[in-house]
Amino acid sequence: MIKLENVKKVYQDGTEAVKGVTFEIKEGELCVLLGPSGCGKTTTMKMINRLIPITEGHIYIDGTDNREMDENELRREMGYAIQEIGLFPHMTVGENIATVPTLKKWSDEEKKERARNLLNLMGMDPDEFIDKYPSELSGGQRQRVGVARSLGADPPIMLMDEPFGAIDPITRDRLQDEFLKIQNEIQKTIVFVTHDINEAIKMGDKVALLKEGKLIQYSQPAELLAAPKNRFVRDFVGSDRTLKSLRLMKVDEAMKESPRVVKEDQDLESVGRIMEEEGVNYLIVVENGNKLKGWINREDVEETGQGKVTDAMVTDTGAAEIGTNLADALTVMLERDVANIPVVDGNNSLRGLLTFNDLQGLIGETYTESGGKHPEVPR
Amino acid sequence: MRRRIVLIILLSIFIGVTIWITEMGSLKYMQPKTYSDIGRQTWNHLKMVGIAELLAIGIGVPLGIFVTRPGLKKFATPIVGAANVGQTIPSLAVIAIMAPILGYGFNSAIIALFVYSLLPVLRNSYAGISDIDPAIIESAKGMGMSRTQIAWRIELPLARPVIMAGIRTSTVICVGTATLAVLVGGEGLGKIILTGLYTQIPLLIVQGAAPTAALAVILDTLLGGFEAVMTPRGLKKG
Repeated sequence: MIKLENVKKVYQDGTEAVKGVTFEIKEGELCVLLGPSGCGKTTTMKMINRLIPITEGHIYIDGTDNREMDENELRREMGYAIQEIGLFPHMTVGENIATVPTLKKWSDEEKKERARNLLNLMGMDPDEFIDKYPSELSGGQRQRVGVARSLGADPPIMLMDEPFGAIDPITRDRLQDEFLKIQNEIQKTIVFVTHDINEAIKMGDKVALLKEGKLIQYSQPAELLAAPKNRFVRDFVGSDRTLKSLRLMKVDEAMKESPRVVKEDQDLESVGRIMEEEGVNYLIVVENGNKLKGWINREDVEETGQGKVTDAMVTDTGAAEIGTNLADALTVMLERDVANIPVVDGNNSLRGLLTFNDLQGLIGETYTESGGKHPEVPR
Repeated sequence: MRRRIVLIILLSIFIGVTIWITEMGSLKYMQPKTYSDIGRQTWNHLKMVGIAELLAIGIGVPLGIFVTRPGLKKFATPIVGAANVGQTIPSLAVIAIMAPILGYGFNSAIIALFVYSLLPVLRNSYAGISDIDPAIIESAKGMGMSRTQIAWRIELPLARPVIMAGIRTSTVICVGTATLAVLVGGEGLGKIILTGLYTQIPLLIVQGAAPTAALAVILDTLLGGFEAVMTPRGLKKG
């Protein structure tokens, strides 16, 4: 657990970089320090491992004031990863990863074992990479090695300063996903600095939004989007915060389970009757075993008149996979120009139905939750 | 490969010319220098270069590194600046300035050479350390390395090739400059050149100049090989 108590940083020239920040990071939580450049987020992070000396206030690591510890010992208990990575170019990948274990005087076997495990964790083949030099790696691979190195001696705490900042968006997205998976396994207490609101929302259990050295809002990402505390927060999260909050919710949370379906070998007459009964203009078509086949519309049923469902149905239909976020599902709807999409699992079995109305309902909720405020007044 | 062929050709020309002149019966009204003369002066030459260079390394490398230390950084600009300015002064001028200050003799020749050799060594030692990517140092610090550990495990290995290149440049320049050291009482191949100048016998000048050039090429190659050995594997290209 990390506890910051009225932490201040004043530089010699009188600049106040951090103006009394107080918050607490629980064990196993990923806390994002977010804000525009110059807001003091990196300074705050570097005061935790004392790369920058604290001017006033206290930082407690599991109850101990970090100024009472030896600074090198303190840093060896905290993984440290930065945007520029800073791999040691004259050392192999294995030696780089074993930096802190070397400082802690582990045996060679232990170090090698650890390096291999971490490479595996990062999805890199140890046999291929352990003896390579940083200059032989791609940008994404270097970034992975950088993260592996910060995990070297299995520290309980990790400090990460825009660790995915310098790579292309596609690789970054993948590394973020991978890292979230890893964090799920290792459950470290992480301080994660970024200026990217999307990254903050994606990665953070908690987000601390800073501005000019002050902590403006400290809350869960969903709350940050739904209930921005003031104008600055609202502007910072962006006018598309509704879309962003959709990204935080899963399809599973919004879909209707077991929607009405018809089988593909049913005859059209009975389908027409069902539509009448249900008062709907469309139905999902499934095969035996609940596999999604397509849609059938009332118009097509009436036009075709007689026959089987297969004669009138539309097979080319979009679907959202279970576990994906609502923003992606909305994209599928907009692309296909439909107001409803079926939700399937990995085997293409039908799991539910997501309608545009459901989404609208959720969007409405985020607005009413925002402290009774009405949608933004035009400027 | 190409470079090596050029080196071998150059070296054979220099040595060949030296042998050719030495084998001649007479140069105008004088005898050419004998092999033992050339050998002796080559040894003297090497001795001057060696002593001056060792002094330059002994003082230049530590000094160049010390001015990169926190707290001593304020000395970096004047010291490295002075070194850079010093480098622009022609070697003959350095030697000419030294003569009235230090008097004549082997020692003042060595001191003049040392001053001139110091500059590339000092400058490269400073650059080798201060040009290291700050992110590398920051991550080393952030992982809990002490100042001494950073110096020995990170900074010195990374700066080593640059420092070595400085020593190499300095040595090669020193071999050339050492021919001028005879003007202030030094020994070495410059003496043969000077005799040739006084007596106006061009071939005698060449008899001193060709082995000097050969010496420079040989030392450059040797130190180049040493530089490659000293370069950590991860820093080598290709």
